[in-house]
Amino acid sequence: MADYPLAIIALLLSAYGIAVVYSAGQTDARIAADMGAYQRQLIWFAVAVASAFVLSRLSVRFLEWVTTPAYALAVVLLLVTLVFGSGAGTAASVKGWLTIGGVRLGQPAELAKVAVVLMLARMLAARREPPKSLLELWQPAAAVLLPWVLVMAQPDLGTGMVFIGIFFGMLFWAGVSWPLLLLVASPAISLVLAFSTGIWGAWLLVLIAVVLWYKPYVVEGVVLIVANVVMGVAAPILWEKLSPYQQSRLLVFLDPSQDPKRTGYHVIQSQIAIGSGGLTGKGYLDGTQKRGAFLPEQTTDFIFAVVGEELGFLGVSLALMLFLFLFLRVIRVAARANDGFSSLVAFGLLGSWFVHVIVNIGMTLNLMPITGIPLPFFSYGGSFMLACWLAVGILIRISSEGRGEADALPIGLRR
Amino acid sequence: MSFHPNDIQRRGRVAGGAVAVALGLLATAFFRAQVLNTEQYRLSSERNRLREVPLPAARGVIYDRHGAIIAENVPGYSVSLLSPSSDSLRASLQRLSSIIQLSEDDIARVVQRFRREPNRPAVILADASFDQVSVLEEHRVEFPSLIIQSAPKRFYPDGPAVAAFTGWTGQIRENDLNSEEFKGYKMGQEIGLQGLERQYEKELRGKEGSRFVEVDARGRVVRDGADRADDPPVPGKSLKTNIDLDLQKFIADYLGDSVVAGVVAMDPRSGAVLALHSSPSFDPNRFIGGIPPEYWRELNADTVRRPMYNKAMQGKYPPASTFKLATAAIALQDSLVDFTTTMPRPCNGGYQYGSRYWRCWSAAGHGNVDLTQAIAKSCDTYFYQLGLRITLSRLLAGGVSLKMGEKSGIDLPGEATPVWATGAAYFDKVFGKGNWSNGQTLNLSIGQGYNSQTVLNMTRFYSALATDGHAARPEVVARDPIRTKIMNLTPAQLAGLRSAMGDVVSGRGTAGSAAIEGVQLAGKTGTAQNETKKDHAWFVGFAPQEKPEIVVAVMLWQGEHGYAAARIASKVIAHYFKRPAIEPANVVGN
Repeated sequence: MADYPLAIIALLLSAYGIAVVYSAGQTDARIAADMGAYQRQLIWFAVAVASAFVLSRLSVRFLEWVTTPAYALAVVLLLVTLVFGSGAGTAASVKGWLTIGGVRLGQPAELAKVAVVLMLARMLAARREPPKSLLELWQPAAAVLLPWVLVMAQPDLGTGMVFIGIFFGMLFWAGVSWPLLLLVASPAISLVLAFSTGIWGAWLLVLIAVVLWYKPYVVEGVVLIVANVVMGVAAPILWEKLSPYQQSRLLVFLDPSQDPKRTGYHVIQSQIAIGSGGLTGKGYLDGTQKRGAFLPEQTTDFIFAVVGEELGFLGVSLALMLFLFLFLRVIRVAARANDGFSSLVAFGLLGSWFVHVIVNIGMTLNLMPITGIPLPFFSYGGSFMLACWLAVGILIRISSEGRGEADALPIGLRR
Repeated sequence: MSFHPNDIQRRGRVAGGAVAVALGLLATAFFRAQVLNTEQYRLSSERNRLREVPLPAARGVIYDRHGAIIAENVPGYSVSLLSPSSDSLRASLQRLSSIIQLSEDDIARVVQRFRREPNRPAVILADASFDQVSVLEEHRVEFPSLIIQSAPKRFYPDGPAVAAFTGWTGQIRENDLNSEEFKGYKMGQEIGLQGLERQYEKELRGKEGSRFVEVDARGRVVRDGADRADDPPVPGKSLKTNIDLDLQKFIADYLGDSVVAGVVAMDPRSGAVLALHSSPSFDPNRFIGGIPPEYWRELNADTVRRPMYNKAMQGKYPPASTFKLATAAIALQDSLVDFTTTMPRPCNGGYQYGSRYWRCWSAAGHGNVDLTQAIAKSCDTYFYQLGLRITLSRLLAGGVSLKMGEKSGIDLPGEATPVWATGAAYFDKVFGKGNWSNGQTLNLSIGQGYNSQTVLNMTRFYSALATDGHAARPEVVARDPIRTKIMNLTPAQLAGLRSAMGDVVSGRGTAGSAAIEGVQLAGKTGTAQNETKKDHAWFVGFAPQEKPEIVVAVMLWQGEHGYAAARIASKVIAHYFKRPAIEPANVVGN
């Protein structure tokens, strides 16, 4: 039984998104590219829905079969992009676009997200038991690490965060225990906490307690602690290695007012737009921040600020509700999938969307650093619209192959 | 892989809960920004979008005593530019300079003004010509941040004729902005820079209004006359002066620009300044909206005649024989002489004092004259002896009480303080103790020596002679007339002095040619020694002799002899009494 409510929610989100893209193009400056954005977005939407329909007719087995070539292709394209890529939007200095002869063909990172989801799903679904030790996790970790390194080299912090979301989300769904997840994440946590020696020290004590309690292999335990210490020491050195714009983005995230004219400008103007929208907004098409081009990248990265300014808290709530319904629906699909692979694919796609939504929307209110990742179904951009709807197509297929009821799923079923 | 239904259900619930909590937290953050703190953001958004464009207030109109207009406002245009940063302003100005004439200096000035107040439109042309405005309108599309608006422009219908007391207006200067006096003023505002405009700035300026224009992130004007209600400017209060514009214009026309002179006409009874002129003059209208550099150079290049130097109140000159009335008054006050007193030595063309022979202006001499005749004929020999009789210390003290060392107190900025020694100690200081002779007394008694007076201050002194010994403080604007008793003479003594001055303007005196038919003019000539150059001519007089209504003081630079100045004063007074009656005009305001 295909999950039509999911398709309907995706349609509603797309319609909402295109309406906002249209509004975002209506500025006093009357920039032709922005004004025509909604038309191109409509065309892409049609293409995307058609593609999703085609994909929903293909068996999940086809996806499983295509996993390895897709993953290989993604890695190759990421490598090519690293050499020939070009930037766009708030992430203009990020080489994320594959460009040939000046024509931007798309962002290989979109393909890489799906490829990583498929690859992780295959690796995790192949196991009888969920991984119980760090050693057992090396394969999935490597599968994520390779594209992650390539993406971070662009350097695209946002997509890097998406990969991490996918990775931990799928490990969780595969049944990896909480302490193990925490241990896996610990070096990264050390990296962040290293900026305050005191907090980092406290974290190290907590970590040692978890290690003693969880009792991994001794080697693993030692490696973990060493890794955390190394990260803590390496953090300041890595910080120095970041390019100035990345440093300033992170610093501005902590305090936008310290650089109100440059990097901080985006966040401040976005906050002003949203805050000034009030409960009911300034009215569709009537956002003054948007109209006067005070909002940066208002058709793409900061499109949610337009929602906030013109439609107010009610419009924001509506969008958040739609996303919540979408996510719950995807969890439902994952829970009722016919087999482990399908279930993990569904949950991996959820992880990807979830990070996009939280990071993008959080960014407009300075709850997240500016990373330039788009908002699913809203942000203007053909390849991303296509990617979102291909995911919908996959989810529809998984739901239609699924068993209807969650508890009907056979125990330890593989395939 | 563990897909036990219970596990799946549990994880599904955990995942669903986590997702709901995350989105819930986002919603909370939005609630805080959009509902709880919306007011603060709304203000920021308005500040972003709206720029206040100041609407200058019309300055108050300045009227003369009959309601004729001395200073008014005519429609003008100001051109300014809104800009988000000084760099973008500079870029726009560079582009503008190909359309309207803008020098690098102009651009630097505008940018400097902008830096001081970046939220106000930077004024480029305070007084744009119609041609400039129409050219700019054609290029409007290329300069979306350009604000062209009508602004009242100061205009003096009689320009050069009134410049000596009106002063002019101009944009406030950087150092004035920092001063306490101009607190609350903003860059680019028009203020009174000289004369009445400066003196009565507070009354004349009015209150600036504003309107709001909507701009985009690059500072381009996207909507003019935005939705907020405009705050209309409040025009300044009008100013009614004592000036008699007809008389003022008569004086200016009569003098023209060829002579160098200072003239003041005043009502001795109240101190009302009827006219105040300095020749040659300048056109204050050309100063409005920025003085054209070539005009400024031209005015300052004339270092001999100095048009910008006010001869009526800034220039100080030896009062010469016009001062003899002071000497006479001091002597009469102390009862040293009466009008029939003669001096021991008659005038044979001079007076031997010490080792020096002090000459009278008339080499032929005046013979044995009394005080009345000595005044009429301006006999130096008589006054040398009178000075010696008074003694130096009493002469100096008398001058002090006649306020020879004080400003007249006119309500105009820039009046010079006259030069008068307050006591003999002064000469000890200047020349060294004992290094000066009593010859100073002789010099002072005939208005030479250490004595320099403004035309204005001599006018005040004569207002006391013209009345009952009270000197009137000159007032351009009628506020509260102040009359101060400066000489302690009986009415008979004052009448005697006036009668002697009447003789000056008669066949018996030095200025017989200045007599006016039907009006009894009284006054005193003066010829001030001017080193190697031609002497300055003075005349201070009043009419009618017995009940004076007008005092006129004239200082004609290098006029050679007092009667040249007397002729001017005579023309002025004759015009004053003989012109047709002036119909009062309708005065708007006060």
